[in-house]
Amino acid sequence: MKNWFKSGSPWIWLSAATVSISLIMVVGLIGLIAVRGLSMYWPGQIHQMDLRTSDGKTDTVIGEVFDSEQVSKERLKDAGVIIETDKMLITRYLVKTGNRDVDAPDFRWLIADNVVGETFPKEIVVFERMEWGNLYGFIESVKEDGNLVAESTAVWPAFNERLARATKLQEDITSIEKHEIGSVNYEMERLRLKQRKLELKNKFDARAKQEIENEKTILDARYKSFQSKLASLYQQIKRDTIQVKISTGAVVDVQVGSIVRAFKPNAMGTFDKVIFYVKSIWLFVSEDPREANTEGGIFPAIFGTVMMVLIMSVIVTPFGIMAAVYLREYAKQGVVTRTIRIAVNNLAGVPSIVYGVFGLGFFVYFLGGNIDQLFFAESLPAPTFGTPGIIWASLTLAILTVPVVIVATEEGLSRVPISIRQGSLALGATKWETLWKTVLPMASPAMMTGLILAVARAAGEVAPLMLVGVVKLAPSLPLDGDFPFLHLDRKFMHLGFHIFDVGFQSPNVEAARPLVYSTAFLLVCVIIVLNLTAIAIRNRLREKYKGLDH
Amino acid sequence: MSESSKKSVNNLPSSEDVCIEVRDLRLFYAENEALHGINLDIPKHKVSAFIGPSGCGKSTLLRCFNRMNDLVDNVRIEGSIEIDGHNIYDPKVNVADLRRRVGMVFQKPNPFPKTIYENVAYGLRIQGVNGRRKLDEAVEKALKGAALWDEVKDRLQSSAMGLSGGQQQRLVIARAIAIEPEVLLLDEPASALDPISTLKIEELIYELKDTYTILIVTHNMQQAARVSDYTAFLYMGDLIEFDATNTIFTNPSKKKTEDYITGRYG
Repeated sequence: MKNWFKSGSPWIWLSAATVSISLIMVVGLIGLIAVRGLSMYWPGQIHQMDLRTSDGKTDTVIGEVFDSEQVSKERLKDAGVIIETDKMLITRYLVKTGNRDVDAPDFRWLIADNVVGETFPKEIVVFERMEWGNLYGFIESVKEDGNLVAESTAVWPAFNERLARATKLQEDITSIEKHEIGSVNYEMERLRLKQRKLELKNKFDARAKQEIENEKTILDARYKSFQSKLASLYQQIKRDTIQVKISTGAVVDVQVGSIVRAFKPNAMGTFDKVIFYVKSIWLFVSEDPREANTEGGIFPAIFGTVMMVLIMSVIVTPFGIMAAVYLREYAKQGVVTRTIRIAVNNLAGVPSIVYGVFGLGFFVYFLGGNIDQLFFAESLPAPTFGTPGIIWASLTLAILTVPVVIVATEEGLSRVPISIRQGSLALGATKWETLWKTVLPMASPAMMTGLILAVARAAGEVAPLMLVGVVKLAPSLPLDGDFPFLHLDRKFMHLGFHIFDVGFQSPNVEAARPLVYSTAFLLVCVIIVLNLTAIAIRNRLREKYKGLDH
Repeated sequence: MSESSKKSVNNLPSSEDVCIEVRDLRLFYAENEALHGINLDIPKHKVSAFIGPSGCGKSTLLRCFNRMNDLVDNVRIEGSIEIDGHNIYDPKVNVADLRRRVGMVFQKPNPFPKTIYENVAYGLRIQGVNGRRKLDEAVEKALKGAALWDEVKDRLQSSAMGLSGGQQQRLVIARAIAIEPEVLLLDEPASALDPISTLKIEELIYELKDTYTILIVTHNMQQAARVSDYTAFLYMGDLIEFDATNTIFTNPSKKKTEDYITGRYG
């Protein structure tokens, strides 16, 4: 036993165990959020349950079973549910019944003992709607302008044909509203600002007025034509309606134009379900959110996160590298330099919310406010840069992560052997040329390491962003087709904040929970992708400059 | 130059052109004097070897010729070194220019982690030469000059780190001669190499002396005897003796030199 300790094997075992535990935790965490987050897109069976009510009648419920749990009788009693049974533990199901507009609420707990019959009718249709969440029911008939078009068995193909048509129209409407009219509005705003600018400079004379008026007329005409196009599209989209029989037996009219997708999960085979599943995930990744972020996709949040990280990298890399080069190569190594180095290292430990407050005070109010005074006086009192936006968020994260880049770069610089530097100097290179041509390239893998750490920290940071630029719902992306294309002053959406918002600020907690998991999973994926990219670049650089190991 | 050839400080025959004049050179590491007033005339287009026991200051002296000692903190240098009549310690001297004229090869091969081609082209690029054809010619010439061309001509674009130690050292010499310096400083260039590579380097030195004034520091007395025309013996920061290599090794005038040559200490 003593020899076993002496041999060092216990320590090897201990370290191996620690590594395995860490690995298991990482894999477990990602696995958990992946399973929880991704399973919500699988089209589950729709149950039709007959339910015994307290007054002896039966009730029908249609919906997806989300969860089931065992609860004690006492707890139910406290919640006001009284059941005549001897069992101490009672099973209950969480059923998503949808139909929020006609039959609220859309999630219900059902006592398993009360379910007297359960069937899975193939004809049940799930409608995903633009508003009010899902609707479950049977299509009774399809109508166009109030006239009956199809009934009974013919409804499904007739409905699908109209749904395709309506989806196309809806796309046109969105495109006109978001892009064409959005562009016109943007131009209008620029005209207004131009006029205001001229007024401020006292140069708003008759000619300028005439010019602006002319442009306005053109824009107005464009706007009117879009309006009339829109009106006719709305007219067209409104003509198709369907009648749906819901679980209570009532028949409701539903506009086809308000439906995003409709499908019959009970009639789908496994293959259909797989295709549907992949499509659902794609929609989640590529679509805009709906219904206070509890439905639809999260594309703007992905876009905002990636974009903010990229802008931050562009700022933090040169800044950190220059600081490190000065500290390591040019500054006289003494008490002052050592103090600065310690201060930089300690900056990495400052809580991120402090940076958020600093960013708000310094960047947004002071810097942004002054930029507005100087360059955007025409749009005051409405702030342009004097309000939270993506550039300030990126800058705040840049100062949050710059210590990491500095430390890593210094590390890399100190590892470049003196013999290489002397070799370059002996060939008549100046110190700067030696740095630029030989030392910095050789330290570039270390700089990438710094950037990887910076990206990993920045992408996961939420608290400071709430103060300096992230919003629940951004009307437009920071990158679009309107000049100057990159709008650094705009507010943006962020996956981390999205998780917080959906999970804890949403009125519909049950509906949001799987979304929290899937958004979290996506955030982790985005960070992994960003990191893997950086690691791939670093490995290429390492391969290229592998002269360090001698 | 003409003045000093009248009366050389050492036993340099007047038939030799003097390339470098060292006058009363003192070097201090902080308060420690490492070189105590060296006076030395080095002949042009000859190989001069510096020998002496470890710590005698031969490498330090060598590094004075291209002002490599400037990079060390707390070094102070007194006296003068004139190369072709110009004092290199004159404050007006551009050190980078000086180092272009005085190339140096170090003890351990130190190729840059770049391609073979870029290693050789490095000094030229620093000087602003970027024309493809000019570089190609210069690289080929330098590699041929360093007797490396035949071994690497098919892989100029592969990394220099893949070469053997001896090849790397010849590459470093090629890199140094690519910028056509006047003087070449070799700081124990073969001490990290195997015997065959050492032989190649020695042959190379022999060929290069027609074009360059070569100063070589070596630990290996046989090597000094083989490659050099003149030899300087240094001991404890003093120049004891400088003479034709033959004289030093067969008939030294100083007792200390004789003791060292015959292996009584060192």
